[in-house]
Amino acid sequence: MTLLKLAIRNTLGAGLRTWLNVFVLSLSFVLIIFTQGLIQGMNKQAQEAMIASEVGGGHVQHPAYDPYDPLTLPDAHGPVPAPLAALASSGKAVPVLVAQGTIYPEGRLFTVQVKGIEPGQAVLNLPTSFLAAPSVGDAIPVLIGTRMAKTTGLKKGDTFSLQWRDAHGTFDALDAAVVEVFSTSVQSVDSGQVWVPLARLREMTGLAGEATFVVLAPGTPAPNAGNWVFRSRDDFLADLRALVKTKTVGSTMVYMIFLALAMLAIFDTQVLSIFRRRREMGTLMALGFTRGRVIRLFTLEGLFNGILAALVAAVYGIPLLSWIARTGWAMPGDVDTYGFAIGERLFPAFSLGLVAGTTILVLLTTTVVAFLPTRRIARLKPTDALRGRTS
Amino acid sequence: MTETPLIVTKDLKKIYSMGPYRLEALAGINLTFARGEFAGLVGPSGSGKTTLLNILGTLDVPTEGSVIVMGRAVESLSHKEAARLRNRHIGFIFQTFNLFPVYSVYENVEFPLLLLGDPPAERRRKVMAALDWVRLADRAKSRPAELSGGESQRVAIARAVVKRPDLVLADEPTANLDAGNSHTILQTMDDLNRELGTTFLFATHDAKVMQYLRRKITLVDGRVASDETAAASGARP
Repeated sequence: MTLLKLAIRNTLGAGLRTWLNVFVLSLSFVLIIFTQGLIQGMNKQAQEAMIASEVGGGHVQHPAYDPYDPLTLPDAHGPVPAPLAALASSGKAVPVLVAQGTIYPEGRLFTVQVKGIEPGQAVLNLPTSFLAAPSVGDAIPVLIGTRMAKTTGLKKGDTFSLQWRDAHGTFDALDAAVVEVFSTSVQSVDSGQVWVPLARLREMTGLAGEATFVVLAPGTPAPNAGNWVFRSRDDFLADLRALVKTKTVGSTMVYMIFLALAMLAIFDTQVLSIFRRRREMGTLMALGFTRGRVIRLFTLEGLFNGILAALVAAVYGIPLLSWIARTGWAMPGDVDTYGFAIGERLFPAFSLGLVAGTTILVLLTTTVVAFLPTRRIARLKPTDALRGRTS
Repeated sequence: MTETPLIVTKDLKKIYSMGPYRLEALAGINLTFARGEFAGLVGPSGSGKTTLLNILGTLDVPTEGSVIVMGRAVESLSHKEAARLRNRHIGFIFQTFNLFPVYSVYENVEFPLLLLGDPPAERRRKVMAALDWVRLADRAKSRPAELSGGESQRVAIARAVVKRPDLVLADEPTANLDAGNSHTILQTMDDLNRELGTTFLFATHDAKVMQYLRRKITLVDGRVASDETAAASGARP
């Protein structure tokens, strides 16, 4: 108790020296939490967007379907199993048929995936209701994303030729009209894809009642669908998480740099203290302190710097980070190069675990760093210390 | 009945090894100090005064011989036991005052009592009494940087005596003070010695201090050259 009281008294009594350290350390606290919050927010936002626009509650796929191998597409379709069809009719699932196709906007050629989906579905957060638009005549109504629009130079109202192969391998082609261009942060429902009404695609390909996969609504358990394969939400998000983990390595480096800077401040102060306060140590020993007690006092002073920094960081960090979490962080234009779904604004997520974990880690590291230089005191003779010498 | 001496040294030697060289700082000291003495170790620089004072204060240990301080053999004390002895029974006054710069005068004087675990009300009473002795009660809230040299040394005296130690060791307490302040300090210590019965032991080569000493032990080259006791009344200069 006495040591704690003395450590507090010494730390506060050191005035500007303490507050400079505390400020530097508090900046590290806030910056570490901010950068980690950005990563967590990025992860959370990307997962939520993927779940809303692509994954839903998971997919039940035709056994031949491999999303990473387009050569499987001609065989990756079949009649929707009855349990899945029942879910689809009750709005708890939506079947998707995928076919390989080619589009020719203004005479150029792009290979695309043609995805058929029910226009009235509400399982995925895609504006498929535009596919029900009757205004395009005989043309196939097509929904594309902004990335696809940019790549192909298409815009709402444009028409182009769409070519595909039917179930028998016969090529066919028709005019298609862009009924809407939607904006999404999820590239995998946008780049290289055109969305058409499911019934129309079934008709075009001669695959009546068939689908490539069925997307379950969130919270809907996967039914037994024969040899169709269930891919859970976690299976889809595993790739994303792996990607985020890779990004996290970079942020961990930043984390370590901030932490190292803060620790350098503490270490420097402690080392300086050991040299500048030798006479004080000698006096403490003359007054009845053991060396161990002097070490504990100096270590506690270092720790107390950390505690003060956490309090100071809370004073300006909580309002600042809360404001950023509310208003978001504007992302640069080339955010697509990050490789996963991020919106135009990134909303950092500051969980209790992140804040508590960072605080505990910084305090522990501060204590260790504060302790290391004090080990020198263990070799200090009281008589040398009183003369201002080191042993 | 004879009172047990406060300090007894027997064939006390302190030898510093510096590579192939051996420096004999104390070469067989035999001294006895009774309770309530106001004595001084005098002699030129390098005569062994501070070394002897440090050993008597359990800050250092002898190389040979024995030292009994308040019934405890200094050479056989562990670090913790020595620290406890200093904490409870010995006060120190240094040439450079050695006050804690971030503490107020009150907190500096309170420090030894905090270590002893005295309750707050008791601490307050003792600290104010000690500051009264050195006539600095009105400077209780000041910081050491705001004090003169004489005032700083009076705070150091208050800190040394606040716990009512059996022994106060003062190493060149007037070396950084002018003549006026030196006399004030010495009179204060003399008063405390007479009023509280605290034993004061000085290491000094200051003639002003020697005027006040009632026993003067002269050290030369680590040996006791003379041990003189003033008149029994111990008259002040």
